[in-house]
Amino acid sequence: MDPQHLIQQTRRDFLLGGSRGVGALALASLLGQEGLLGGPHSTKTAAAKSFAHFAARAKSCIFIYMEGGVSQIDLFDPKPKLNELNGQKMPESLTKNVRFAFIQKDSAVLMGSPHKFQRYGKSGIEMSGMLPHLGACVDDLALVRSMHTDSFNHHPGELLMYCGSPMLGRPSMGSWVTYALGSLSQNLPGYVVLTAGRAPSGGNTMFQNGFLPSNYAGVMFRSQGEPVQDLSTPAGLSAEARHYGLDALRDLNSLRQMQTGDPEIAARISAYELAARMQLAAPELTDLSKESEATRTAYGVDRDSGGLKTQRGGGPDAFKTFARNCLLARRMVERGVRFISIHHASWDHHNDLDSDLLYNCRVVDQPIGALLGDLKQRGLLDDTLVVWASEFGRTPLGENRPSFAGRVSGRDHHPSAFSVWLAGAGVRGGQVLGETDEIGWNPVKDPIHVHDLQATMLHLFGLNHERLTYRHQGRDFRLTDVGGEVVKPLLS
Amino acid sequence: MFSPRPFFVPVIIRGVLWLMAFAGLGVSADEGGSSNHWAFTAPRRPVLPHVRNTRWVKSPVDSFILARLETEHVKPAPVADRSTLLRRLSLDLTGLPPTAAETESFLNDTREDAYARRVDDLLASPHFGERWGRHWLDLARYADSSGYQVDRERPWAWVYRDWVIRSVNEDQPFDQFTIWQLAGDLLAEKSSNTVQRDQIIASGFHRLALSNHEDGVDEAEFVAKAKVDRVATTGTAWLGLTLACAECHSHKFDPISQREFYQLYAFFDPLREHDADLGGGLVAYTFKGGTNATRTHVHIRGDFLRLGDEVSPGFLQCLGSTGCSKSPTRLDLARWIASPENPLTARVEVNHLWLHLFGRGLVATTEDFGTRGEKPSHPELLDWLATEFVRVGWSRKEMIRQIVNSATYRQASNARPELAERDPENRWLARQNRLRLESEILRDSALSASDLLNASVGGKSFRPHLPEDVQWLSTASAWSWTDDTGPVTYRRSLYIYTQRTVQHPLLPTFDQANPSESCTRRDRSDTPLQALALLNNGVFIEAAHHLASTAETKFPGDRATQIQYAFLRCLGRKASTTETRRMERLYDQVAKSHPGEAGFVTAQTLLNLDEFLNRE
Repeated sequence: MDPQHLIQQTRRDFLLGGSRGVGALALASLLGQEGLLGGPHSTKTAAAKSFAHFAARAKSCIFIYMEGGVSQIDLFDPKPKLNELNGQKMPESLTKNVRFAFIQKDSAVLMGSPHKFQRYGKSGIEMSGMLPHLGACVDDLALVRSMHTDSFNHHPGELLMYCGSPMLGRPSMGSWVTYALGSLSQNLPGYVVLTAGRAPSGGNTMFQNGFLPSNYAGVMFRSQGEPVQDLSTPAGLSAEARHYGLDALRDLNSLRQMQTGDPEIAARISAYELAARMQLAAPELTDLSKESEATRTAYGVDRDSGGLKTQRGGGPDAFKTFARNCLLARRMVERGVRFISIHHASWDHHNDLDSDLLYNCRVVDQPIGALLGDLKQRGLLDDTLVVWASEFGRTPLGENRPSFAGRVSGRDHHPSAFSVWLAGAGVRGGQVLGETDEIGWNPVKDPIHVHDLQATMLHLFGLNHERLTYRHQGRDFRLTDVGGEVVKPLLS
Repeated sequence: MFSPRPFFVPVIIRGVLWLMAFAGLGVSADEGGSSNHWAFTAPRRPVLPHVRNTRWVKSPVDSFILARLETEHVKPAPVADRSTLLRRLSLDLTGLPPTAAETESFLNDTREDAYARRVDDLLASPHFGERWGRHWLDLARYADSSGYQVDRERPWAWVYRDWVIRSVNEDQPFDQFTIWQLAGDLLAEKSSNTVQRDQIIASGFHRLALSNHEDGVDEAEFVAKAKVDRVATTGTAWLGLTLACAECHSHKFDPISQREFYQLYAFFDPLREHDADLGGGLVAYTFKGGTNATRTHVHIRGDFLRLGDEVSPGFLQCLGSTGCSKSPTRLDLARWIASPENPLTARVEVNHLWLHLFGRGLVATTEDFGTRGEKPSHPELLDWLATEFVRVGWSRKEMIRQIVNSATYRQASNARPELAERDPENRWLARQNRLRLESEILRDSALSASDLLNASVGGKSFRPHLPEDVQWLSTASAWSWTDDTGPVTYRRSLYIYTQRTVQHPLLPTFDQANPSESCTRRDRSDTPLQALALLNNGVFIEAAHHLASTAETKFPGDRATQIQYAFLRCLGRKASTTETRRMERLYDQVAKSHPGEAGFVTAQTLLNLDEFLNRE
């Protein structure tokens, strides 16, 4: 993409925000007053280039990211045979060419799951008994048990799931989507990130715009206090004084635009107007006090941990924060935010898996169930895609790294098989896709790569993943790198 | 059953386009990957073109620009007014706006060569090295940490950064600058003490590649990634080639085979990272080894676990292999890159210089001089500059001097509506470009205009205040952030500590380069988050307060003079009557209801003006 087009693309997002007339009006008032106005002024804008390749099923996406590697064997992919083989060694043929992060191959043994599974809903899909609220929504879920990925380390794996490549510096999925489709909101960013629990291990690199223009970066919203960094007018400055200042700024910028003829100044004026609208819209968005008591209770925004503890950070606030984030996500969908990432850490259960898994399930199950139910009841699920994902799964082998000194209570990173689920917009619910072998080591039916999942998500947005490209350093990049196939059975 | 995909496969346009190229559909034979592509033959010094309006020409550069304009029957733009020129020059050469005294003295300097003298002064300023060193640091993917999850501190990275600043200030010839960075460690073995130290520091260039210290990683995997990065970065920074395209398969568009990619890789393959004690408590990141018998293989589809043919070090055929002995060393590679016969190096570097003085390279795709890159807007000018660069002993200062003294550079940047259709991107340069300041320069300008700037040059990186929730992003990693306090926090932005996984949020908001890969050109985006930062971020708030109180202290009670002073500091010019009236109205409006806020709001409005955010 050439720079000029880029500028137009960038500008489009502001001018389509509906503020085009405001700058011109301000200019007229200033110049009319000063007697400088020669004729009608207009900013020439390029026709919006549309990337939509076919009819979209999804308008928005809520991407629930469970960082650290969720244990599919304990939550989504029951393996009775594994339980039978508990304590036995694995056939060498299976582990021969496999690299592990921590497991010592010689002495590792299979570890069954002590957690009960149960059948949920009309579809009777089996999931963990620790996920009753999610289970209640199972007829809307497409559960994929045959995911696989390329990386067995966290940060590269997270980058692959979010950005389609294990390398730093690629745009996040939310950035691609907002780049392609723009924002539906006139007052809020197109891509918002909400976090709870331990901090994301890769910092904010998963939410970055990479080589796309910076207005497609994920904007972190805080669930309490100032919703967005630098949103609030500085302490001690009256709203009135700020207002007068912005008026003068607009007038003088308009004057400068007339003198220089630079259309970029109109875009700058629009950006200040959008910022002002965001200052009003964001606090309204994060104010949950208008939500009904029933809704607040359903999500559990006032819950505490009920005495549960975890080894992996987050603290008792994780319960409230995660619930608030889910409710915020629904409010953002209502207000036209295109892509919302709810990030929760950590699921990196190398040890103490049983107690920490229970803790995490208690944190996330109720709010996610409430979110799905709420979206459905409000008719929003029809065009809101909800996805649960993690960077990889966990091994059927117990983790026996030497420093654990024989105490095996968790699982190592497992890239060759894990589970995700999708719901909403154009997804055929109530189905299980893919199958792993008897111990959950490898997919044996319908293997689905991360790029396939991404291709499918873009497809639901009406985007062809092979045609959504951006020229950078001489190459046409895309989210799905050189892979990816739309997973047709997932579509309704 | 277990079939891992390659860990990194860059996207090149799919096979269909590739076939089209070779079938001659949509891509001419010249562009179809053949080695007679313009950029792969050495530049030849062109004769200066004939122009009619010889009086306009101030530098050979102008002949080339004017010749094109005359062909198009377009007149150049008038020269920018003097205050605009001074501000442009100061920002372009030092990254700082002129002080009030500098502006006044320049506006009162009636000597014929006042402008050229100012150019010389600015080229001699220690801040010149900061400004142009930062441009190089973008190419070098400079950061103070290792990257990836653990993102470990590299406490001595700044030693390399300071060397870059010094080298640029001392105008070290660019060929030597190149050789030291690619093979300084090899030179140092035979050098005298005085240069030895700098050669070792310079060789830290390729220590800036990322490394992954996450628990449980396969170390060999990330060591291989770093080597791939070294080849790719060398290609981007010096050759303007997208070498990374050839990591997994032969380049689809340029005549670079996958085998050649790994022949370059072979130069970096035997290197072992080494921290050299420089004495006096200083450490430099460098390499050891380089001659042992490491066997390098092609990585099939870029997968370091799937080894193909064994290869030995070698250069790129398409650029000519002058000086390639049977078993070339990394020093030979460095000399081949920095040779006047190399068709790309000089062109690529003068194109970088042009980019930073006009906002766009003569080759717009600064990172890609290959067949898929854009053709130069003025091919003869590019070749003239490249040959001139070699002729003046690879002096960057001399080249910059020639360009900024040109009439082309000195034109006004106002839009020319009559050319909007014919030359919408201003490729003919019938005017200067109006450019939003880079992230660092914006912060530096605000600190400078408000007299808060601590202008000390060099030294350790500092950590400005990081908002709590952003700090919290660090807690999963092996590092922690402690805000620095006091005068150090008012230093220039290129000294802000660069944590790869959590860049200081103010800087990426204004398109700071991604520190994890070589960056030849930055975006200049315009977003509401920028507006929020400029209005509400602590640095800009403090600058506005300080500007207001400085004006009040200097001219107590004299509102009109205070406003004039603030204009001079922020915009380097006097306010017009209209502007003064509007600012006075603002002052009075606020003073009426909130007297304590009037000065602040007025100052803040100035610091948010589009003109302040731009170099015109």
